[in-house]
Amino acid sequence: MTNAIDISSLGKQYKGVAALTGVSATVPMGKVVGLLGHNGAGKSTLIKLILGLIEPTSGHVEVLGESPWGSHAVSLRRRIGYMPESVSFYGNLTGSEVITYLARLKRAPRQQASKLLERVGLEYARDRRVSTYSKGMRQRLGLAQALLASPELVVLDEPTGGLDPQATRELYEIVAELRAGGHSVLVSSHVLAELEPHIDSALILRQGELLAAGSVGDLRRQSGLPGIVVVQLKEAADPASFARELGELGLAHELRHDGQFEIQIAEGGKLTLLHRLAADPVVDDIVVKEASLARLYDYLGAGTKRQEGENA
Amino acid sequence: MSSVLIIARKEFRDDFRNRWTIAVAVLFAVLALSISYFGGAAAGKIGFTSFDATLASLTTLAAFVIPLIGLLIAYDMVVGEQDNGTLLLVLSYPISRVELVAGKFVGHCSALATATLAGFGAAVVIIQIMQPEARTPEAWLSMGNFVLSASMLGASFVALASVISVTTGDKARAAGLALVTWLAMVIIFDLCLLAILVFSGGKHWEQSVFPHLLYLNPIDVFRLINLTTLGSGSGNELFMGMTATHVYRPWVLYLVMLLWVVIPFELAQFLFRRKEV
Repeated sequence: MTNAIDISSLGKQYKGVAALTGVSATVPMGKVVGLLGHNGAGKSTLIKLILGLIEPTSGHVEVLGESPWGSHAVSLRRRIGYMPESVSFYGNLTGSEVITYLARLKRAPRQQASKLLERVGLEYARDRRVSTYSKGMRQRLGLAQALLASPELVVLDEPTGGLDPQATRELYEIVAELRAGGHSVLVSSHVLAELEPHIDSALILRQGELLAAGSVGDLRRQSGLPGIVVVQLKEAADPASFARELGELGLAHELRHDGQFEIQIAEGGKLTLLHRLAADPVVDDIVVKEASLARLYDYLGAGTKRQEGENA
Repeated sequence: MSSVLIIARKEFRDDFRNRWTIAVAVLFAVLALSISYFGGAAAGKIGFTSFDATLASLTTLAAFVIPLIGLLIAYDMVVGEQDNGTLLLVLSYPISRVELVAGKFVGHCSALATATLAGFGAAVVIIQIMQPEARTPEAWLSMGNFVLSASMLGASFVALASVISVTTGDKARAAGLALVTWLAMVIIFDLCLLAILVFSGGKHWEQSVFPHLLYLNPIDVFRLINLTTLGSGSGNELFMGMTATHVYRPWVLYLVMLLWVVIPFELAQFLFRRKEV
């Protein structure tokens, strides 16, 4: 078994409305895969299908080598951890009571529950009622319960919503530990740029279809999306003559409202441009922006739309 | 421990934390004591009166309160988890949907049964201590009968509440539907029966059909179980008069009561299995 999740031409319809059509993808064992898409792109539907909470209308999904749908899948669920998006838990219970209850349900060792609370930094609030928890604390509790019984596959649905930067960093540290321990992680998000450094590959969904799949580098190459160099000129410099210079070099550029130039540069020509700019006396500062997933997404999305237009 | 028991234990504890069930226990104890102590005030005497009269008054009270509490503690068992966002979470755990609903059902029912037994039992013990002539085997039998049938009545309304909980999309609607159900079963059903009685004017079919109509409401079955064992003269003459012409067998009544627990429970299970989450 080399894949944690195997999806082939998977489709789901709700009362005749297609939420997901013909999605084929894999999540390899021991990898961290990002599931990306805007609201309504089908992320939640795909996650529910992977968890076996709903039945596919067409196609197949296999998780850890078994079908997640049906009564025999109950034992499979012990090997999957799931952190739902914005869960408020049981407000009348304390943090430690919630995790103990869930640990019992998952047949996880009892000591693991309190260890996990410590690991996500909730030790200090273990005896407080969950109704007094902040959004970020609930997210931490959600992460802790997803790790109960050391699952082989962890599915995180929008895990960083409501987390401060410190907590977000800690979350990705845990994700990195999981990968190092050979666990597979599927993490969904629409905060695309934030996910980029932490994932091995990405699945991009748009309107229920798989738009693109692969590593971030692959996707960037596939799209041929230009990188962006932002240039701040010195105060004495003349923007008009700098713009003319860029025009002579054949570079697409834009003068932003804050007076900075945004220059688009194709993959191969970046270093040459940077050398040039560094030597230019009017240049004060240079910022290089790699194509983030957000921009990739927009670009790929626009690409598909254009194709559809051409076909029609 | 099985998943059903793990869930049941949590619900049981939640019910006592929410204080609904404690309220029932205290209400039963206080009312049982005050009815039996002051119940004879109209006849000019104060002090513990007939045990049967106390039981009859408590039956009337329980017929209102137990369905209400059963609906109140259980109406949000599934729809509440949906509102919390925990429904998807719990369903992603290694438990089946059947086990989830069964666990919650068992937890709420045992909480209600415990409250009935504790409240009523405490009162009976006090009455027995204060009133030596009430120490008869019949009194214990009637009490056992009352606690068992009250628990089954509670279970039946917990089962009805679970049907409401799996069919509604949000908690507010479920709460409204629970209250409507309570009104319909406690008040409107009996009003309709009375209307039938009045307008049919005592024709022959009425005498054969009417007693069976009472099986259509678990609350009436509960009243029948308790009042027919007490006999007349215990303060429920109107109700007894309505049913005087028919002989109810206790085992039939208990069987009907059991159906009122099992059928809604199975219906809730069936609907929950088909529910899209």
